[in-house]
Amino acid sequence: MVHIKRLQEDGADIIAIVGEIDASSSIELDLAIAKSVGEGYKKILVDCQALEYISSAGLGVFMSYIEELRDKNISFVLFGMKERVLNTFSILGLADLLNIRENKQEAKKLADELSV
Amino acid sequence: MFKTKAIIRLTSLFAAISWIILVFADITVLFSDMKALPPDVPVWLPRVMLDLYVVSLFYYYKFRIERDEGLNFTDLLWKVFATGLIATVISLSVRLVLFLLGSTKLPNNVLFIDFVYQINLALFINFLLAAFTCWKRLILYQKSKWLIRAWLVFEFMLLGILLYDSIHVALSEAISTIAIVLTSLLGLVLSANMRWVAYLNFKQKWTSLLLLLLSIFYLVYFLYSVTIWSDQITQQSVTFVSFQSHVFNIALLAFVLTYMSFSFLVVLFNLPTSSVFEQKLEEVVNFQRISQSIQTAQSEESVYNILLESSVSSVFADAAWLEIKGAANEQRLFTYQITEKETKEIHAHLEKHKIKGALDQSSDKTKNLSKHLSSLKSTRFRSLLAFPIKVKDETIGTLALLKELPEGFNKEMTRIVSAFANQAGISIENFRLMEEAFQNARYKEELKIAKTVQQSLLPTRLEQDADFEISAFSASADEVGGDYYDTLRISDHEIALIIADVSGKGTTAAFHMSQMKGIFHSLAQLGPNPRDFMAKANKALVFCLERGSFISATYFVINTESKKVFYSRAGHCPVLLFKASKQKSEFLKDKGTALGMVRSHDYRNFVEDNEFTYEPGDVMILYTDGITEAKNNKGEEFGNERLAEVLQNNAEKSSKEIEESVISTLYKFSGSEDINDDYTSMTVKFR
Repeated sequence: MVHIKRLQEDGADIIAIVGEIDASSSIELDLAIAKSVGEGYKKILVDCQALEYISSAGLGVFMSYIEELRDKNISFVLFGMKERVLNTFSILGLADLLNIRENKQEAKKLADELSV
Repeated sequence: MFKTKAIIRLTSLFAAISWIILVFADITVLFSDMKALPPDVPVWLPRVMLDLYVVSLFYYYKFRIERDEGLNFTDLLWKVFATGLIATVISLSVRLVLFLLGSTKLPNNVLFIDFVYQINLALFINFLLAAFTCWKRLILYQKSKWLIRAWLVFEFMLLGILLYDSIHVALSEAISTIAIVLTSLLGLVLSANMRWVAYLNFKQKWTSLLLLLLSIFYLVYFLYSVTIWSDQITQQSVTFVSFQSHVFNIALLAFVLTYMSFSFLVVLFNLPTSSVFEQKLEEVVNFQRISQSIQTAQSEESVYNILLESSVSSVFADAAWLEIKGAANEQRLFTYQITEKETKEIHAHLEKHKIKGALDQSSDKTKNLSKHLSSLKSTRFRSLLAFPIKVKDETIGTLALLKELPEGFNKEMTRIVSAFANQAGISIENFRLMEEAFQNARYKEELKIAKTVQQSLLPTRLEQDADFEISAFSASADEVGGDYYDTLRISDHEIALIIADVSGKGTTAAFHMSQMKGIFHSLAQLGPNPRDFMAKANKALVFCLERGSFISATYFVINTESKKVFYSRAGHCPVLLFKASKQKSEFLKDKGTALGMVRSHDYRNFVEDNEFTYEPGDVMILYTDGITEAKNNKGEEFGNERLAEVLQNNAEKSSKEIEESVISTLYKFSGSEDINDDYTSMTVKFR
């Protein structure tokens, strides 16, 4: 089960994921990102501090947005991943494709830099 | 059956015999009376015979008519009419004979007149009894205990009267008056039972009226002719007892005539309302059609059509339409006597006047919208009634009924159509549930096929070599995953290995897996270095993988000449390698992004070429994330450490044995035989 919250801070949209993301809950993640992109945010941060587990379907969601985010010039940064979750990202090589930072501050900084 | 027939014959025979005796006895008595002689037969004989005649006929009709279940209401009336007709025809023929005889001596002979009188009387009583039995069936059509008892009492009273007639016991005036009053009252009460009339349709009512009218006519004719004959005899004989003095005859006649006239009047007055009853019956039938349409495996469409038809015919609507949100959320429109354009106009009109909750999907109540139509000049309709159609509390459509008359719908109609709409909702819900069940069954069947496909894609035999042995294991969860492994000999000293995990599950996963197999078998035999293999595989795959799907894989080339393993990892789990020289197992650290994730040409930059040298005793384990992510009941993962430990402890064994210890440790850890992901591993032991 997953719970996804969205809140806005300094012009950035922060998507917080609480719980586990598997094949069925990945749809919610997809919706949240799609909404955020659709609403025209140029800086989107994903708060993974409470993300316990992510399956390949969940990773697929992030993956599927990579090109769109690049085309629309949206800076997209994930932060606060637990080691296990980060490991999943790096094994698949997604860590090289996505911007991942340790905490919110760094993530915000990166997002600001990227959007300049 | 045989018994009934025998009884019918016996009773008719009895009736005939008693009538013949009656005639002879009566003529004898009359003759003796005329000649003032003591009669040869007892004076009471004719009366007793008459009683016998009546009783026999009563039973005759009881078995002929009362027990015949096949007769409906008009059949019964027809029987009465037919009996009357035959009786009248016979009576008229007798008159004809008399007429032909002219003014000869015979017709004026009192004995001959008595004979003719007896014939007429017999026919008359016959007719009355036939009618009596038919009335009994009509009266007792909807029986109640009380009604049956009342009828029985009535029959016994008539029997009492019959006996009283023949015995001629002198009763006080008061008692006989009370008896007559009671019988008449009971007869009247019974005559009020006319429920059968309601069940006649319009045509049957007309038939009944005609039959009843003719029957009344026969009755009057007989009454007239019997009276004439008896008057003639009475003039010549003093002792002659005319039928009028038979209380029984009078009572029977009165009852039959009363019920006949009552029926006639009731049918007549029910004529205008008969259409209402027919209407109600049609509603019931329509209702049944809606509820049964589901069982006959018809489509949703036919449910809608039946609903539309039934509603229109029940309330005499001039036009109607039905808007439905289908199972796949598509809007559909069914119309009756109205064009799509007109419905749109009405829609637009209602919207313009901000009439909320009318024809839109949010309305959940039946609405009479007639008053809003009056302001729409372009339409011919003046009454509008809208009904929501609900499935599982969700409004899926609206039924709108229209009439050209203002105030065309009443409460009754609203209720009926409302019931129709509810029933249709239930039918559609059932229909959708059934459809869902079918879909599920089909999906399960599909999964089964996918599983078979997936299984058949895995190799039955693995390449072996003097330098190494390979074992592989794969177990899949109920849901089909996309784990794939394979081997291919490129040359004498080169063997290609692959392990891959397709994202997603089910048929799509199996489909992608088969693509991966195709890519492996076609690319590997060309002998590319692993990084090129990945780059080419990615290029091939980006065209077939949909957004969000990817394949993680590791591709190996074992070179037995150089004793080296070349590999490239694309997002797959890291390789676990046991070095015999160090007696230690470790995960190889390298980088690589899964296939399908990067769609551009620069994917090559996201994968690496790696290599290591192997020595005899080294063991390499390739696996999918199902193994390392397997959980125990505490929610802990099996993890890399446990896997490395198992290998370290069993490294000196054969590849098969190492694999078995990995699997058994894994099952012991997870504590159950049910797995929630696919477990796949390939163990390579070098020698």
